[in-house]
Amino acid sequence: MSASDMHMTDTRLFQFGRRGFLAGAAGLSALSMLPGGLRAQEQPQRGGLLRMGIGGGSTTDDFDIRKLNDWVPVNQAYMVMNGLVEIDASNTAQPELFESWEAAEGAVEWVFKVRQGVTFHNGKSLTADDVVYSLNLHRGDSSSAARSVAAGFADIQKISDFEVKITLTSGNADLPYVLSDYHFLVVPEGFSDWANPIGTGPFIPESVEPGVRARFTRNENYWKPGCANVDAVEVIVINDVSARTNALMSGQVHAINSLDFKTVDLLARNRNLQIVRSAGGQHYTFLMDCTRAPFSDVNVRQAIKYSIDREQLLKTALMGYGSLGNDHPIPVTDRFFNKELKQRAYDPEQAKFHLKKAGMDSLSVTLQTSDAAFTGAVDAAAVYRTAASGAGIDVSIQREPADGYWDNVWMKAPFCMSYWGGRPTADQMLTIAYQSSSAQNDSHWANADFDRLLTEARALLDDEKRREIYWELQRMIHDDGGVMIPMFGDYLDGVSNKVQGVTPHPMFNLMGARMAEKVWLAA
Amino acid sequence: MGKLILQRLGLGVVTLALVSVLVFAGTEILPGDVAAAILGQNATPESLAALREQLGLDAGAVSRYFAWAGGILHGDLGVSLANRQPVADLLWPRFLNTMALAGYAAIIAVPLAVGLGILSAAWRGSLFDRIANVVALATVSLPEYFLGLLLILFFSVQWGLLPSLADTWSGMGLGAWLQATTLPMLVLVLVTVAQIMRMTRTTVLGVMDQPYIETAYLKGIPNGRVVLRHATPNALAPIINVVAFNLTYLIAGVVLVEAIFNYNGLGRFMVDAVSKRDLPMVQAAAMVFAAVYVILNMIADISAIALNPRLRHPRSKEA
Repeated sequence: MSASDMHMTDTRLFQFGRRGFLAGAAGLSALSMLPGGLRAQEQPQRGGLLRMGIGGGSTTDDFDIRKLNDWVPVNQAYMVMNGLVEIDASNTAQPELFESWEAAEGAVEWVFKVRQGVTFHNGKSLTADDVVYSLNLHRGDSSSAARSVAAGFADIQKISDFEVKITLTSGNADLPYVLSDYHFLVVPEGFSDWANPIGTGPFIPESVEPGVRARFTRNENYWKPGCANVDAVEVIVINDVSARTNALMSGQVHAINSLDFKTVDLLARNRNLQIVRSAGGQHYTFLMDCTRAPFSDVNVRQAIKYSIDREQLLKTALMGYGSLGNDHPIPVTDRFFNKELKQRAYDPEQAKFHLKKAGMDSLSVTLQTSDAAFTGAVDAAAVYRTAASGAGIDVSIQREPADGYWDNVWMKAPFCMSYWGGRPTADQMLTIAYQSSSAQNDSHWANADFDRLLTEARALLDDEKRREIYWELQRMIHDDGGVMIPMFGDYLDGVSNKVQGVTPHPMFNLMGARMAEKVWLAA
Repeated sequence: MGKLILQRLGLGVVTLALVSVLVFAGTEILPGDVAAAILGQNATPESLAALREQLGLDAGAVSRYFAWAGGILHGDLGVSLANRQPVADLLWPRFLNTMALAGYAAIIAVPLAVGLGILSAAWRGSLFDRIANVVALATVSLPEYFLGLLLILFFSVQWGLLPSLADTWSGMGLGAWLQATTLPMLVLVLVTVAQIMRMTRTTVLGVMDQPYIETAYLKGIPNGRVVLRHATPNALAPIINVVAFNLTYLIAGVVLVEAIFNYNGLGRFMVDAVSKRDLPMVQAAAMVFAAVYVILNMIADISAIALNPRLRHPRSKEA
């Protein structure tokens, strides 16, 4: 799905669709700020109607777990169904319908225990058969958006009623994280009526009008302790960001997703609201094609990386709601984030030094950009242009239509802007965008050592050894890679103070799209 | 007169046919391949080819146009690319919503505007006339999204009187529906009143300068009766035209208003469809908007013909 820059819709929602199949934020601990710090966690209270205004829904949405690709269907799917593995607020894989797991040496063969005593909304008990069926929906000749992830499953076998064995094509120590993908939800064996979903989730659909509104009532037999506190949830689809903000301010809804960076500060003044700011892995990129001059010279790439004022960009493009990037895609919230790599700063002298090393006095480049890359990308390009001219680099900005940007510019232009949603693990992020054989290696960077180390780390079960390799990989991208990453953007939600139990979450907006089951309403 | 009306009907049909060609051609030249847009990053050359074939994109544009236009004649608007549901099932309920909101606004705006126009004509140059004109011009000069946000700021956020979301669902009571849709209705009324009112005033005043009005005054008929009985009926044709024009705006021009108030109408539906590259839905919505435009204008023309005394009572042919 290409991102389309409709005037009245929030483009960030559509960006999500393009790379949504494993989009998410990686991070060990959510860098988080609620006004006045995290409120004390009180005892959950039961009752009440939770009203959510969510952007990112369409008249053609349904609950098909293979097609989930926008915020409304993802949030609603988590109300009705459960995943196999849940990523918690500190970005750690926690058991959900898989109760526990064990990997054999080499991380190729895995055995997962299925949770017992869980029933579907239709009364059927959950068994390994349902899990195998649901996972197989994404395999083989499937239209699933998670197809490429599921291609790594060589075999999925039921061992007993409550045990499933997954054999991978090659070792992957992160399999539980891979299984936290929001497409890997569980439906009863043989189920296919995606307009009327049946799951094991916290809520049961009462009425669903796709792209408009939906109402869910509590599943009284829900298995997860302390969850499904509200009696009912109403979702109103509000794609326009100002309509969404107005609905929150006028009290018509309790929670909204994807705030506008430009108006967050104004919204934060309202005492009846809290701004939930979740640091995660989504980041913005300037892509240099390493196979084409002048970017085939690493010195030119270095010069470019020194010629951007990251602080200024963060302030103007994201109003400060994000963090600085250090020219590699691993966020500070990831357990494998390289803490010792020095933050690259704006340094015109260094830039000129590297240009000289490349045998140039000055450099002229054309930067292709569009607000399809991310909201505010064109403004960000202008900010960069000014900084770069101080370093002797003349950047001319070529504005491209948002329509067709992903087809015609991304991966094709010598120098263009883009973004990545985060991934739950460092391995996934590095593999999709930096492994030389990846179809989405969008800087066309090829480094044999990098590829070899990446494959090696993937199969290691020893975290300390893995950390060493991932640190080295980040350094390689930082020094040699073709991507300039000036900043990471936070996920921003607005929530009424009536809603309690809200925490920031490193995976997406609205508590990793699981807000409905977690929160409760103040009496 | 019958012949004139028939001619007008025929022209309407031709216009609609031309519009259908434009709509189809317009969506054809949109950048980006539909199949690529649907598959996104999962696109491989094989899956693209398979999807193109499945969607019938391999056939030539002309034959696809005739298949599509033929379908419309039978009431078949095609199926959505995204979920294979018939477009008609998705479209008509939203069209009815748009019509309902337009109706709500028209019931208030049209009598109000025509009434104000006649009054300001009758009291030409008075304080009332001037205030009505200034207020109307002010509201029509503001873009509707700005008006909408202003109303939301005061009525919803500050005073909490009316909801900022026009949140409606089938089976809700009339009272709740009216409350939910009052703010968007107000915006539409504010935007449409000015033009109808000014047109009414101008045409009524134009008629008032005619000799027969002077005669009426000289006969001693009071001002109000002159305006209502003698001037207004003769000014009706242009007024009906401008009313029809504004009605088409109420139906086909509400995209922004529907977005601001999150109203589940045809405008929002079309925005949705465009952003998802769901061409059958875009084409169907564009066709409906165009049809509304053509049909309402046709009705206005026909009424103008029917109301024209010279056409209604043709003189016998002169030798």
